Amino acid sequence: MTTSADFDQSAFVRALLDPELPPPNEVEASHGFAPKRRFAVYRNNVCVGLVDALAERFPICLQLVGDEFFRAMAQCYVRERLPRTPMRFEYGDAFPAFVSEFEPARELPYLPDVARLEYAVGQAYHAADAAPLPLDFLRALSHERLDNATAVLHPSTHVVASAYPIVSIWRRHMSDDEMTPVVLDHGEEALVVRPELAISVSPLPSGGSAFVDALRNGRTFGEAMNAATGVAAEFKLIDCLRELFLTGAFVAVSVAH
Amino acid sequence: MGAHSAPEHSRERAASSLPARAGVGFKSVHLADIEASAHDLGFFEIHAENYMGAGGTPHAQLMRLRKDSPLSIHGVGLSVGGAEPLDRAHLRRVKSLVDRYEPAAFSEHLAWSTQGARFLNDLLPLPYNATTLAHVVAHVDEIQEALGRPILLENPAAYLRFRSSEHSEIDFLHEVVRRTDCRLLLDVTNVYVSATNLAYSAEDYIDAFPMAYVEEIHLAGYAEDLDEIGDPLLIDAHCAPVPDAVWRLYHRALARRGPVATLIEWDNDVPPWPTLLAQATQAEAFLETRRRAVEDGLRSKALHDDLG
Repeated sequence: MTTSADFDQSAFVRALLDPELPPPNEVEASHGFAPKRRFAVYRNNVCVGLVDALAERFPICLQLVGDEFFRAMAQCYVRERLPRTPMRFEYGDAFPAFVSEFEPARELPYLPDVARLEYAVGQAYHAADAAPLPLDFLRALSHERLDNATAVLHPSTHVVASAYPIVSIWRRHMSDDEMTPVVLDHGEEALVVRPELAISVSPLPSGGSAFVDALRNGRTFGEAMNAATGVAAEFKLIDCLRELFLTGAFVAVSVAH
Repeated sequence: MGAHSAPEHSRERAASSLPARAGVGFKSVHLADIEASAHDLGFFEIHAENYMGAGGTPHAQLMRLRKDSPLSIHGVGLSVGGAEPLDRAHLRRVKSLVDRYEPAAFSEHLAWSTQGARFLNDLLPLPYNATTLAHVVAHVDEIQEALGRPILLENPAAYLRFRSSEHSEIDFLHEVVRRTDCRLLLDVTNVYVSATNLAYSAEDYIDAFPMAYVEEIHLAGYAEDLDEIGDPLLIDAHCAPVPDAVWRLYHRALARRGPVATLIEWDNDVPPWPTLLAQATQAEAFLETRRRAVEDGLRSKALHDDLG
């Protein structure tokens, strides 16, 4: 009696990912000829499907470099890094870092940060729902009490700081206004929030992303203020707080007693 | 095959409460049209993995859809046919989605998609033999245990076959049903695609399929290609209307099965809503013909009974 052996899934996967390899020995076409094109259907499904997932996830990067360049770059990423979960929307977490190391994309130094922003937008899209705190809450709070308070950020809140005007680039592409050139001579710090269902992407004052990161790490508003001024001496607390409250970036502020 | 069979307690549970009507795969671009138009669809189906984020638009839309229509949840990521243990974290995600939306049916594929913690984004084929049967049975058991309900298992689209297969796909599926008490999702397009690609008769496959366990049917369009010797190579691409050859097979399947929930799958190059709805209407016409045939049969039986 013969016991059927486990079939070699890892050999199947190796052949799937390396188009130079022949199809696995275990598979055949019904006519007995080489099953290369038949096996290529699986190869294609894996690769094209994941490239498509990245194209959906990073549509502005795609617009910036063009379809052909983007797909070639995405294919390199797919070969290097397969998804670790079956959720398509989680794929591409390391794509911005990959883009920053991708030699042919060096001409567009802002591309990795635009990718970071697009990944954050995707995270925000799927983040948990929560009711944001209204601006009135801020008005009712004295400066001293705020100084020692800590915050709970809305689950969709992300910040991306860049040496390039990533919010302006993002907005120009979202509005289809491709005629207005973006002047690249300044950096921007992007705030991404999705308080209800609509995603908001807006610029924070310089130092704002350090401020938000500090709050996220449980620091008080006073400590976060110090973190922000450490990065940007001209940090404008009031402007930053107004933007954060107006976009719905907070769900709770706890005042210490 | 083996002597193991499903525990008695699960035998009474229905796998699906989907109506014997036509439904469509839900695409968010259609939501406004769905809500604005007077439609009479039996159900909507979603891919589980697209709704595993914590919140936001996907769930908001699903709540709206769920209010008026039965829902079918179709998993593409559990890797039921894999040799490796199930991804427990993913099974928990599926369970929480099923608990949250209480779908009329949950289905998965006779395929694998995960290897060594890498997700391959495709439904990959497996040989049909005692070893793979043991894996599939264990995985279906575990999923049904976790979800507390029987699942539907779908026949795959095949592009090639394995030398190490010892059973036909139908015998394999039948044995999985016998041992786990799961039910089947018959993808008629996959039957046509596989039969063409592997040069067997699609009609024979439909005639031999364990139809008593079929609780849902899938219909879709495919893409056509040729292999290196010029033989047809059909690709299950869900990108086109249901072709005539598939409608004919569907008719044949319904003649054996009777009316059953039927889904139009159109996932790529998604058409405008009226085009998709027209496909469902066409399926509904086949179902209606079948319903009438069943009623006529009952009437004539009653007549015979009356006549003694």
